[in-house]
Amino acid sequence: MSGSAASIVWYSGTALELAFVVCSIARKSFTRYFFLNLYFLLTVGSSLARQFTLERFGLTSDQYRYAYFYTDALLTLALYVALISLYSHVFGELRVGKYLRVTAVMLLLGTALFSYSVVAQSTDRLSTKFAYELSQNLYFVGLVLTYVLWGAVLKLRETRTRLVQFVLSLGLYFSAYAATYALLNMGSKYSAVYLIGPLLGCFLPLSWTFTMWRHTDDTRLVPAQLVAVPR
Amino acid sequence: MMPALIFVISLATLLMFFVSYCRSLMASSSRHTLSKEVRDVTGIQASASAGDFARVMQLLSLCPERPDDRTGLQAVEVYYAILGMLNKLTARMVPSLHLWAEQERAGCANFAVVLLDRRIAFSREILAQQGEF
Repeated sequence: MSGSAASIVWYSGTALELAFVVCSIARKSFTRYFFLNLYFLLTVGSSLARQFTLERFGLTSDQYRYAYFYTDALLTLALYVALISLYSHVFGELRVGKYLRVTAVMLLLGTALFSYSVVAQSTDRLSTKFAYELSQNLYFVGLVLTYVLWGAVLKLRETRTRLVQFVLSLGLYFSAYAATYALLNMGSKYSAVYLIGPLLGCFLPLSWTFTMWRHTDDTRLVPAQLVAVPR
Repeated sequence: MMPALIFVISLATLLMFFVSYCRSLMASSSRHTLSKEVRDVTGIQASASAGDFARVMQLLSLCPERPDDRTGLQAVEVYYAILGMLNKLTARMVPSLHLWAEQERAGCANFAVVLLDRRIAFSREILAQQGEF
């Protein structure tokens, strides 16, 4: 990706992330969707930190490598927490918050242990390899969890438009990311594939901001209209 | 082999989430009652048919955009195009799928009509505000 195109995508992404936070404050939903806001605030902070280390130490420096992989792992972790917070919203009325938190922590620990076992054999750059592995595995866990959450939304006949669209946008984001990772692992020779990742980074804040701006917490929809084939 | 499998599964879930996302956009406008103006302009009385989409899109391009409806419209436009391709491919082979795609395309057209209604109301508001000065 050329420098100017990368800058445009970076600025757009950061602007959209801030737009979501501003929008949720304006809609008085900042605390209600605190973890979604926290994720975007951390994303902005990480982007600034990466930019700083890039300008100061250069693209091939160890400092930039550490900054990139650690912030990436931190962001994936924040997105995982945001996803679990969506679970809490969907299952809020069933009063299973405690079990949800315990399961989420166990799953996170399990993923971290699995990631460690994969990279434990390597001797050099263990911590960055672990951060990369954890990030990739958490993305996969995130995709599966979003799929399960979508099933719960349909089963529980969730009517809150905002919540439904937040979950769907996250599902789109995770599956598109997983497809891009797979395409890269298949050794894609097309440079366009490298553009997809940063563009996807813009999609999530765009769709969430759109949802936050357009709908209030009281906006409802008919759950039967969500399934493609009526049952 | 494994990346190819993950790629196929991811594409399938991507498609499923995309269809549901578009349906959630369309569902959020399904309770809207069309105003007399939009019924007169489009000639659509109760609900639109699949073929009305292109015409309504042309009318939409004539109205000033509302800040919050662009993203949704683009997603539904892509959905309509995918359904159009599916329709052409399956028209003769799978009649039930063809019927479903036609219903979905009609839903897309309905969504566009509701958007047109909102844009007309928005234009009126702007004109009214300008009239105050």
